Amino acid sequence: MVDWLVVATTLKLAFIVTAALLVIGIPISWWLSHSQSRFKGVVEAVCTLPMVLPPTVLGFYLLVLLSPNSAFGQALDKLGIAQLPFSFAGIAVACTIHSLPFVIQPLKNAFEAIGSQPAEVAATLRASPSDTFFHVTLPLAWPGIFSASIMGFCHTLGEFGVVLMIGGNIPGKTRVMSVEIYNYVEALEYGKAHLLAGGLMLFSFASLLLMHWVNNRYRLRFS
Amino acid sequence: MLRLWRISLIVLCFWFKPLYAASAIVAVANNFYGPMKALNADFSQQTEHALQLSTGSTGQLYAQIVNGAPFDLFFAADTLRPQTLIEKGLGSSSFTYAQGCLVLWSTSPGLDLVSLLTQQDFTHLAIADPKLAPYGLAAQQSLSKMALWQAVQAKLVLGNGLNPTYQFIASGNAELGFVAKSQVFKQGQYREGSVWQVPIDYYQPILQDAVILRKGQNNPVINAFINYLKTERAQAIIKSYGYQ
Repeated sequence: MVDWLVVATTLKLAFIVTAALLVIGIPISWWLSHSQSRFKGVVEAVCTLPMVLPPTVLGFYLLVLLSPNSAFGQALDKLGIAQLPFSFAGIAVACTIHSLPFVIQPLKNAFEAIGSQPAEVAATLRASPSDTFFHVTLPLAWPGIFSASIMGFCHTLGEFGVVLMIGGNIPGKTRVMSVEIYNYVEALEYGKAHLLAGGLMLFSFASLLLMHWVNNRYRLRFS
Repeated sequence: MLRLWRISLIVLCFWFKPLYAASAIVAVANNFYGPMKALNADFSQQTEHALQLSTGSTGQLYAQIVNGAPFDLFFAADTLRPQTLIEKGLGSSSFTYAQGCLVLWSTSPGLDLVSLLTQQDFTHLAIADPKLAPYGLAAQQSLSKMALWQAVQAKLVLGNGLNPTYQFIASGNAELGFVAKSQVFKQGQYREGSVWQVPIDYYQPILQDAVILRKGQNNPVINAFINYLKTERAQAIIKSYGYQ
């Protein structure tokens, strides 16, 4: 029988990481879509880097960076943040970094598509900038936020290399579906591997289908 | 012009043919990868043949072979998987090339690892996944023998093979862990940190078998390499990594 604890851990991870991604991704992508700063290119490259880097490279550097032997790891320890590798918090941090580009891209596109006009109209009606952001820009960017959430969620569900590097394969904490599938294949337990891998594929397919369907409906309604 | 092209193509073919024929792909379990690189370097110096090496956990390589990986020879970390490959008709003959030793290792020098282990004075203990790696199984057996297996459950981190396990300890993220002696022992001495060699009767002997796979049966390089392995030079290299 498939270990449901693994599925539960993976889902928990995906929900938490998606929430973190939106909190971090929305301000960054809004800034990217509006800023004229000369550092914009650098920020954009840094945010896209996790998409092109092999996950093992990212995992390896996180393992080295967060190690208790490193200055950064010791600084974290002094701040009262416990050792991150081999913990749920550790893989959540790693997955957030790795999935960031998948959230930033759709969000940035959405903010760019809105343009500056709605915000200018709101300003002439004496809306404060924060009012404008929360009551005009965010609702208009909803299809982008929806797409970004689904992309971030699905990408985290399938996360493998980074978790393998810093996870430590601990049941209930860092053993996620993709690692479990890998183990099933190595142990030649193909039945269990099929069940998990097939389930993951169907779920991801259904999510992407839903995403495109919702976005198309939204576009039809407003164009 | 066309003629020239044809001639150069033929010349190229002949040029590459010996190179192509004289190569072999060898799958090596993590614990023997270091010694294997040393053996390969010495072997290619002596015979001008070269092996291409591919490493992974024994379970991982076994699964790859069962699914058609193009390896000629497989150096496993146990006797079970080579035997199974022969039963499945995927390999022709197997032989024991080394007996492995399990050690408890930490990067911090001067530690009494046994008392550290029995007093549970650590946060993470790394071992290879017992399901995938024979050294992981040996670690599990040793911990059971010391009546500590239940006690360490909450502190255990599992590597998918010995290399990730080594990485967990070497990076300092796990304070100590069980690895193969060959990973921390080179040219007759331990590299760094503290080491405790687990008594040999704590775990079932780790006899490591190699098996000639179907694709490698008539490969002259494989035959040459197997003959080379029997030489004193090769045996000395294997011993210098702490195998028995």
